[in-house]
Amino acid sequence: MLDLILRTLYGFISVAFLGSALGFGLAIAAKKLRVEKDKTVEALMGHLPGLNCGSCGYAGCEPYAEALSSGSDSDITKCKPGGAACLEGIGQVLEREVDTSGPRMVAQVHCRGGEGTAETRYRYKGLKDCNAASILFGGDKSCQYGCLGLGSCMQVCPADAIDYDEQGLVWVDKNKCIGCEKCIAVCPTGVIKMIPEDADVIVACNSKDKGKDTKANCSVGCIGCQICAKKFPDAGYKITDNLSIVGYNDRGPGRADAAEKCPTGSIIVLDEK
Amino acid sequence: MSKFKTFPKGGVHPPDNISGTGNRPIRNASLPTHAVIPMSQHIGAPAECIVNVGDTIEEEQLIGKSTGYVSVPVHSSIPGKVVEIKEIYLPHGKKSQAVVIELGGEFKRMGKPQKQSDWTGLSEKEIIERISSMGLAGQGGATFPTHVKLVLPEGKKCDYLLVNAAECEPYLTSDQNMILEKAEEILEGLKILKKLLSPREIIFAIESNKPEAAGVMAAAVEKSDLDVRIDILKTKYPQGAEKNIIKSCTGKEVPSGKLPLDIGMVVLNVETVYSVYEALVFEKPLVERVVTVSGGAVKAPETFRVKIGTTYRQLLEECEGLIEEPAKVISGGPMMGFGVFDLDTPVTKGTSGILFLTKKEVKAAKQTSCISCGRCIQACPMGLNPSDINKHSLNFLFEEAQDMGLLDCVECGSCAYVCPAHIPLVQSFRMGKNQLRAIMMQKKGAK
Ligand code: SF4
Ligand code: SF4
Ligand code: SF4
Ligand code: SF4
Repeated sequence: MLDLILRTLYGFISVAFLGSALGFGLAIAAKKLRVEKDKTVEALMGHLPGLNCGSCGYAGCEPYAEALSSGSDSDITKCKPGGAACLEGIGQVLEREVDTSGPRMVAQVHCRGGEGTAETRYRYKGLKDCNAASILFGGDKSCQYGCLGLGSCMQVCPADAIDYDEQGLVWVDKNKCIGCEKCIAVCPTGVIKMIPEDADVIVACNSKDKGKDTKANCSVGCIGCQICAKKFPDAGYKITDNLSIVGYNDRGPGRADAAEKCPTGSIIVLDEK
Repeated sequence: MSKFKTFPKGGVHPPDNISGTGNRPIRNASLPTHAVIPMSQHIGAPAECIVNVGDTIEEEQLIGKSTGYVSVPVHSSIPGKVVEIKEIYLPHGKKSQAVVIELGGEFKRMGKPQKQSDWTGLSEKEIIERISSMGLAGQGGATFPTHVKLVLPEGKKCDYLLVNAAECEPYLTSDQNMILEKAEEILEGLKILKKLLSPREIIFAIESNKPEAAGVMAAAVEKSDLDVRIDILKTKYPQGAEKNIIKSCTGKEVPSGKLPLDIGMVVLNVETVYSVYEALVFEKPLVERVVTVSGGAVKAPETFRVKIGTTYRQLLEECEGLIEEPAKVISGGPMMGFGVFDLDTPVTKGTSGILFLTKKEVKAAKQTSCISCGRCIQACPMGLNPSDINKHSLNFLFEEAQDMGLLDCVECGSCAYVCPAHIPLVQSFRMGKNQLRAIMMQKKGAK
């Protein structure tokens, strides 16, 4: 019996000793072998959002800070999620002029074609992945420019900002979007584009097909009919490649009226949505 | 132990379904009234269209010229007039420019006595030039430009010339029927290739489920003065995949990322060998090929000799149409082929078959989650872990998937065939490879 107690005690004592010895070693190592962190990097880290989203092109915030600090990267505008505050901070640390006058940019899906509105050419049965679908004849939609709706953007979005709306169409929640542009990088059709956070209207179509073809492919696609541009010349609509593009810098009168007059309903007033 | 040779790892045994069209004469399909001839019928740079709408075209006239070393020219399969030049989708899902020719005028070769030309005096360089100018591309399905396959790297000698007649895809019988009818011509083609490559050995490889064709070939070899070793291989899919057939016949392994050429090996599909024969003996470009039209939904399945540019729709009509609505129309074989949605898709140099499969044959089933059963690993002839590669590629970890061997995948479909969760693994790998290519391009651009 005593033997057993002693043995147990030995166990305790030796483990305790080993623990404290190693702990001591660690304490010394922490003091002696300490790697001085670059002050600039530390300062930069204070301003970067710490999301490690990778949209700057680096593995995370710290590698980007290191690149900025060492001068191997001179572009201080790469952190989109950080927004104006982050940019200003970086500017301060690196003593660089920054321009933070522009509005915050968010992503949006420029397509409202879906079941019942957009035609399909074949029945797609396969991976729920937009890039996988797009290698098969560019996806099942007759329109080659639209959203395939399989949600690859949702999968990569670090802010969980993209989801199906009530109509089952892919839509970005501008309040959640941090502007990292990862969705744009993954989307095979290029249907996601950045717009200012305070955008009032969008032309929710990406089809550069001729009006006649777009009409055959989709009932809500922009057919490039020029009504928005001609009827409301100051509203900022311009037709390029059979597609109306709306500008956000000069917002003249008639922007919402154009939405009403658009024969296919491709122009959407955003506050209503 | 089977007495037949085979590759060591993986493979599956789908029912071969070749009795419907196998061992039957090849029928000439009727001429297309409109031939739709794509400029991109091969792997590599598309040919450049050199005709305009309104031009009058002769039979076998050059209509697309080769645009590089890994590219082949395109010839018209019929005489007539160019009525349209348009973009079409090809079965592999990509777009190509295509010339539409309306039939008219006179054939200069078809139906006339053919003049033979003597190839024996040609130099090696001239033979290669002829093969490349006649637009030859591998007719087994991968459509690699033939002349590229025949030029060995500096200082390399050709050990084996391997004729691939495995035809391991179910339903397809084009190669088999071709051998039954053209064994002597194929041997003549081999003589030409022998002169060109001087291989140590010529091997003719065929699967054990086609004994008649093997017999005909053996008899032809017997009669000829050409030394050809005939290897009967075990009927196992994918026996005809290039790297597998090399392993089965010679025991040699093509290292990852290398071509058979790099280890002194030239592998050609039987029909390509026949085309070499026609190119050299008759100076005939590749304007027609043999196509199996089959599947449970077709009334009268048949193997046809078809002018390139003939639409699937027309061939279906020649098979007396459908007996039931097909669940899928496939270009190529059921394992590696591509689903098509447009019957106006034309036959190209790589179209080995067109299948109209019924719902029962397709066995459409709902996709569920991977249960980590490992069956795909057992089935993979390349020794990969398809399940893991799939998970990585679906989670955008393409470079990691590459490290796991994504680029070694031959897209044979064995893994997807055995997967009890019905996961479209090959689609995932095709997508992954595509994405990897984009990543590599980006990296190159950044440098
Ligand atoms: S036409 Fe426009 S709205 Fe319709 S599917 Fe195409 S991109 Fe989307
Ligand atoms: S926006 Fe692009 S990535 Fe997102 S679901 Fe549509 S096609 Fe896919
Ligand atoms: S919606 Fe797009 S830009 Fe916005 S946070 Fe998500 S991935 Fe980034
Ligand atoms: S498709 Fe690729 S991963 Fe699947 S069994 Fe064939 S080689 Fe292996």
